Amino acid sequence: MEQIPVLEARNITKRFPGVIANQNVNLTLYRGEILALLGENGAGKSTLMNIIYGLYQPTEGEILVNGKPVQMRSPKDAIALGIGMVHQHFQLVPVMTVVDNVMLGSESVRCAFLNREAAAARITELSERYNMAMDPYALVEDLPVGVRQRVEIIKALYRQADILILDEPTAVLTPQEIEGLFAVMDLLRGQGKSIIFITHKLKEVLRVADRIGVLRRGQVVGEADPKTATQSSLASLMVGREVILEVEKSDAHPGKAVLEISDLRATTDLGDTALAGVSLTVHAGEIVGVAGVQGNGQTELVEVLTGLRTAKSGTIRIGGQGMTNASPRRITEEGQSCHIPEDRHAFGMVDGYPITDNLVLNTYYQSPFARGITVNRPAIEANAAALVEKFDVRTPSVHLSGGSLSGGNQQKMVVAREFSRPIQLLIAAQPTRGIDVGSIEFIHQQIVAKRDEGVAVVLVSSELDEILALSDRIAVMYKGEIIDIVDRDDATREGLGLLMAGVKEA
Amino acid sequence: MATASPALPSPGRYRRIFRGLLIPVLALLTALVAGALVMHLSGDNAQDAYIGLFKGAFGSAKGWAATIRKMIPFILTGLSVAVAFKAGLFNIGASGQFVMGTVFSVFIGINFEGLPMAIHLPLAIVFGIVGGALWGAIPGILKVYTGAHEVIVTIMLNYVAALFAGWTVYAGGSQGQTPGPLWDRTAGPISETPDVLASARLPYLFDPSYRIHYGVFIALAAVVFIWWLIYKTTIGFEIRTVGQNMKAARYAGIRVNWTVILTMGIAGGLAGLAGAVETLGLNHKFAPEFGGQVGFDGITIALLGQTHPFGVVLSSLLFGALDAGASKMQFDSRVSADIIQIIQALVLAFVAAPMIIRALYRIKRLPTESESTSLGTSWGGS
Repeated sequence: MEQIPVLEARNITKRFPGVIANQNVNLTLYRGEILALLGENGAGKSTLMNIIYGLYQPTEGEILVNGKPVQMRSPKDAIALGIGMVHQHFQLVPVMTVVDNVMLGSESVRCAFLNREAAAARITELSERYNMAMDPYALVEDLPVGVRQRVEIIKALYRQADILILDEPTAVLTPQEIEGLFAVMDLLRGQGKSIIFITHKLKEVLRVADRIGVLRRGQVVGEADPKTATQSSLASLMVGREVILEVEKSDAHPGKAVLEISDLRATTDLGDTALAGVSLTVHAGEIVGVAGVQGNGQTELVEVLTGLRTAKSGTIRIGGQGMTNASPRRITEEGQSCHIPEDRHAFGMVDGYPITDNLVLNTYYQSPFARGITVNRPAIEANAAALVEKFDVRTPSVHLSGGSLSGGNQQKMVVAREFSRPIQLLIAAQPTRGIDVGSIEFIHQQIVAKRDEGVAVVLVSSELDEILALSDRIAVMYKGEIIDIVDRDDATREGLGLLMAGVKEA
Repeated sequence: MATASPALPSPGRYRRIFRGLLIPVLALLTALVAGALVMHLSGDNAQDAYIGLFKGAFGSAKGWAATIRKMIPFILTGLSVAVAFKAGLFNIGASGQFVMGTVFSVFIGINFEGLPMAIHLPLAIVFGIVGGALWGAIPGILKVYTGAHEVIVTIMLNYVAALFAGWTVYAGGSQGQTPGPLWDRTAGPISETPDVLASARLPYLFDPSYRIHYGVFIALAAVVFIWWLIYKTTIGFEIRTVGQNMKAARYAGIRVNWTVILTMGIAGGLAGLAGAVETLGLNHKFAPEFGGQVGFDGITIALLGQTHPFGVVLSSLLFGALDAGASKMQFDSRVSADIIQIIQALVLAFVAAPMIIRALYRIKRLPTESESTSLGTSWGGS
């Protein structure tokens, strides 16, 4: 018997001025299945999901829910049709309780007053049914990331969603939490819910999906069966060509110590302990990976090392020079270091600036880009033309704003700028977050090339695969400390996962 | 999501200028239409009014003279606000900085008799700039070191400056209260300063009856200087980077705190220069509660000019013409000159909320465009 899809997108095309984000996209989702949607950044996944969730209206094409065409003008319509979405960035109010967050927008009311008890009872019931234990009266800000995500899922279920869209749900989780999420997804599927799982992690797709759809340049370029597909077949489908997943590199030949950190302590903006005595030495010609679940002090470590955050105590030496609490400019100039920041939009670039200016963001005052205090435009343009070529930043013009580039090209722009001057130390924080496979490959090769030139590299990443692929030694951070440093050859995924969760075996 | 984009054409120079002018011009037209509606509702003839307005501003040599004369302080205070916007700062204090510039320049202008003009006049102008710059730098310093928002501080300092200026010219009281230091002793019970000495006055251009003085050239020189500073120097790069993305500025090694103070100082200096030029060229003295709207008009002018120095000149021309033509309009058409203020306020509303204009005329934002001036960023904390 032909099954009726719970959700069907027919010939969806979405045009923005000058851009086609989706072109003739067809998608079907059946009851009780997990459909994985794979695609590079900028492939059109988010646009498609925003159409299904009612945030955008398609230029052409139609959406059918349970076989009936529907018009969705806002997420409210989507929710009414039983569609729920868990965004990559959680839409929760941290200072409110779980029950308040879940009720928000669909409050249960008794005589004009909120009926928290009824809502809390339903949350407890849902959390038991789907094996997601939580206290309805806990404050969201006190909850670990994994539990916050469950609050989001409960929120959708509370609104009686039958179709769940999970947008990059594993990006912020530990390997163990990811397993937990997959178990929940299995349970949801078993109870007849349908799930669209958006990701760019190939391994997870193969692990959990029933069917796989691949988007490229706004079009569905293929479907794959997880039983027969392999990581490399999916990757080449995504990128449209063969991709080298393993990074080729020779053995490291560590030289003298370049970065010496001793007993470094710092706090977060709120005054909580972020670094509780970190000591680490990184030598010329080696890559030290700093692994850990987000929020265990890696961000603050990078900020202290690059002069963006003040250390409370401890010392930093770069190339033998004392650099504790030095200004960012001194660390860049005298420390000959460069920094690929974790959040490129916040720190690494000015979205409104043209590519030319972004490429001299921290060298604009140096010769030849400035003569005295006047800016030397021809030199800046020549620099941009050369770097865009060398680092394969794809853009029709160097005069377009940095913000108009795709994520991968923005990151290549940042890397190009940072690698364009002589350095002895490279601090790379999440250098490939949220960018496409092709760009990841390129940036990885560039980082290894820098190592082979004798640069000391600190690589901070929450992607275990990236850490394992690039590092020569791996330091694992947990609650503001480096709880262990292991050689790459002795490291296993499981062992690192345990260390990331704070478990150190004797 | 502009990421899956096919090749986008690089926006050409003329296209950029066109896009830059689009919103302000439509805002002006909409305000004029709305003004006509108001006049119609109150039974006035809008056509006569606008013809009178145009004749008053451009219909005669005298009209042109009045328009240009009024442009001078508008250009300078408009630049003041525009420069601050470039660093993401909202300078509501041009009014107070204008007043301090006036006080400082008059202090020099009424003293030092016998100095040659070549020294006296420049000295008075420089003091005007310094007075405004100091007054502007204070909110910058307070913002950097205490987190006090510049909007609040500049508003408060406007009052302080006005009261301070009033005190300096206080005539003393019948009970023997001490008069202010700048009070004109020959003025009897009137609180005002003496006229600045001839050696400190900006000379008139053309016939004195046109009352156009050399301040025109100072204002235009300031426009070119600020354009050069903002777009052609490393200092301008730092100012704009701080305004666009403060975190990226810190990352790039820019001294954000210093840049904020410097920018507020430059902004204050420009407003102070406006005060100096207006007094040394036109009024030659001041009395309590002078200055009026010009500091606040600077906000509208900067926004209407899209915070670009050349845009400021165009919007100053408009505001100068509106002011200059108002009395002829009132005379010709019996429409109250207050309608001009309504139009000016509507222009401000429409440029400050470009969404209204975009929605009204269905102008789409290009994916490569970003809003150059955001009033919102200034409120996001320091």
